[in-house]
Amino acid sequence: MKLLSGNEAIARGAYEYGVQVATGYPGTPSSEIMENVARYDEIYAEWSTNEKVAMDTAIGACYAGKRAMVAMKSVGMNVAADSFFYAVYTGVRGGLVIVAADDPGMFSSQNEQDNRQYGRFAKMPVLEPSDSQESKDFVGAALELSEQWDTPVLLRTVMRISHSASPVELGERTADDAAPTPPLKRDPHRLVCTCVWAKHQHPLIEERLKKLAEFANSYPLNRLEWGERKLGIVAAGAVYNYAREIFPQASFLKLGMSYPLPPALIRELAEGVEQLLVIEELDPFFEEQIKAMGIACRGKDVFPAYGELTPAVIEKLAAEAGLLPPEAVSEERQLPLPELPGRSPIFCPGCPHRSTFYALGNKMKDVIVAGGIGCYNLGALPPFDATDTMGAMGASIGVAHGFDVAGIPDRFTAVIGDSSFFHAGIPPLLNIVHNGSNANVVILDNQTTAMTGHQDHPGIGENLRGERAPKVEIEALVRACGVSDVHKVNAFDVKAVQQTFEKALAFDGPSVVIVEGPCFFVGPGASGAYEVDTDACIACGACFRLGCPAIVRSDEVNAKTGKPKAKIDPVLCVGCDMCAQVCTSDAIHPLE
Amino acid sequence: METVNFMITGVGGQGTILASDILAAVGLAAGYDVKKSDILGLAVRGGAVLGHIRWGEQVHSPIVPEGRVDYLLAFEILEGLRRLDQVHVGGTVLINQQEIHPASVTSGLAAYPDRDAANEALNVAVERVYHIPGLGMAQNLGNARVLNVVLIGALSGLLPVEPTVWESVLGERVPARYKELNIRAFRSGREWIEERR
Repeated sequence: MKLLSGNEAIARGAYEYGVQVATGYPGTPSSEIMENVARYDEIYAEWSTNEKVAMDTAIGACYAGKRAMVAMKSVGMNVAADSFFYAVYTGVRGGLVIVAADDPGMFSSQNEQDNRQYGRFAKMPVLEPSDSQESKDFVGAALELSEQWDTPVLLRTVMRISHSASPVELGERTADDAAPTPPLKRDPHRLVCTCVWAKHQHPLIEERLKKLAEFANSYPLNRLEWGERKLGIVAAGAVYNYAREIFPQASFLKLGMSYPLPPALIRELAEGVEQLLVIEELDPFFEEQIKAMGIACRGKDVFPAYGELTPAVIEKLAAEAGLLPPEAVSEERQLPLPELPGRSPIFCPGCPHRSTFYALGNKMKDVIVAGGIGCYNLGALPPFDATDTMGAMGASIGVAHGFDVAGIPDRFTAVIGDSSFFHAGIPPLLNIVHNGSNANVVILDNQTTAMTGHQDHPGIGENLRGERAPKVEIEALVRACGVSDVHKVNAFDVKAVQQTFEKALAFDGPSVVIVEGPCFFVGPGASGAYEVDTDACIACGACFRLGCPAIVRSDEVNAKTGKPKAKIDPVLCVGCDMCAQVCTSDAIHPLE
Repeated sequence: METVNFMITGVGGQGTILASDILAAVGLAAGYDVKKSDILGLAVRGGAVLGHIRWGEQVHSPIVPEGRVDYLLAFEILEGLRRLDQVHVGGTVLINQQEIHPASVTSGLAAYPDRDAANEALNVAVERVYHIPGLGMAQNLGNARVLNVVLIGALSGLLPVEPTVWESVLGERVPARYKELNIRAFRSGREWIEERR
């Protein structure tokens, strides 16, 4: 027995059940899946440039007869969707498991989508594990289903499964890794999804779903657990375990396969209990299908279709709905607590993004900023308050182009990180060139995929397997896309960053500024802390506007203004020098 | 046995994740069913971190039920206060005497909780509070980064699992060249609590 997180267990499942090719793109809460898969030498593992590329790569490997896995976060499924839809039509040969880690509660995502819907939408089976043991086992089950039914299978987890740990029984790897890969078996009538051929597949897919629903009735991953007959509960995934604890006496239908649903099991539970309750996070996915079967149940009239359904939420709302005695709910404690300030995330000391948002949030406040996904989204928060829009990976460039064609009178720019640029920034950059846009683009090249834990990308020179890779130069790539006005600037030169932005914004036509500076965690490291000469400090507050965790308020004040002077925490300071550059009274210097 | 519920809280970078890993692994090594849940989110950027750990005969949910924390291990005062309402009256709070000011405080938009008010809330909330100077103890050992192991050592002194189990789990989880330092950190935390228990 070993304690594994859900993500580690999924990686272990890939190993034990003979996955030979695994691909993905980093995204919380899924990133640790591929990081752990990469530790098994038997599996070819890569961070692909985006989720769609990862999906196509895995599909190609399956066509070649290999077992493959693709891992991504909730919204990664939107990027990958174009590809898994066709794989449902072509079939897969080698088993294909698609792992999507959803984020109910939106701990680190821009929306709260329920990816079970993609199972129904794309017409592929969905499995949902409830703990780490199941996370490992269900990888094997998904691969078997995939090969048996010739379809990709979605393994859907949520943050609480991916980032929770529980004991797992380990097994051995089953694949024959020494077997040579045979030549590709050609079969264009299946693998070429042209309309004339693919339309013959659709009726077969509908037929397959009906058979899968029948199969689900006796599938061991779905089980009836009879308790008292007063209340019957349908649940899956993380929520099943909360419900088991809160309703220890109830009868349960524990669903390991969330799509298609097992009609006979649902009827059997419904007929065996006085009241049927569906407890599911996010969408009424089970509830609507159960009601469509003509079976009465409660669900979203009790629990919300948003947020995490934690035990506390389930308990409270179930009691309010009369499903639990009120005394079963623990009362909220009223303590004489002082006011507790929040703790929002902030750019780290030594972060290269600081100069960009210092410029855009202070000196160039008039500029409308279209932002994107990554650490640089913290530019939307105080003290910068610089970012005006943020929706998805790579969206900023298109949104800025939209501002241009709409003719807004403001100055505006798009901001995008290096990993996001490789992921989804190149087509919109080509688009602004092709359509003669006046959009300006700032590419923040910090030499890593920082937000999700410093994964590689094509601009780094090394891949997930630790091999050296050609380092794609962003400047050359941007010029190859047809942008002629390209600027490069050192992120740690605060004034130069602002001046370069001004120059690029003044250019008539598309322009790109590449702000270069490594993320502190992949850079050369700290170079000695700085200190504030309190006598020289006039408490102007300029350094505070850098939003650096190392710069704090001193107890000393400027006698005239009453404003606090600055001091630097020598433990946190890494000596990036930005505060010394913005200081108006030359009061900040390297510590003697 | 009754399920034992732990909560570990602190600020990204303080080493709370290793602490919750060790606590969970010790439970498993001692023969309990164990579940653990970490909120990582944006914690690496100096946000708040929160871990739930549960030991028991059979543990279903990895999340500690509302208000039923038996042991709150707080690496930082403000974050400890933030989770104080999750501890039941008979529970224990072990709180590291360290303040890490969030940006809202350094920028002057909010005040860090007053120490007297904090202590009053702690005393009202639970029967047993241990105010441990963990950072100073770690610095005395020569490395502030062993704060997490000092605190785990202190917590271990309140639990019915032999120190040898803790030390063997700890030894598996730290790099070999830091093992001896970590064992010393663990023992210093354990001695601190044993003198006060």
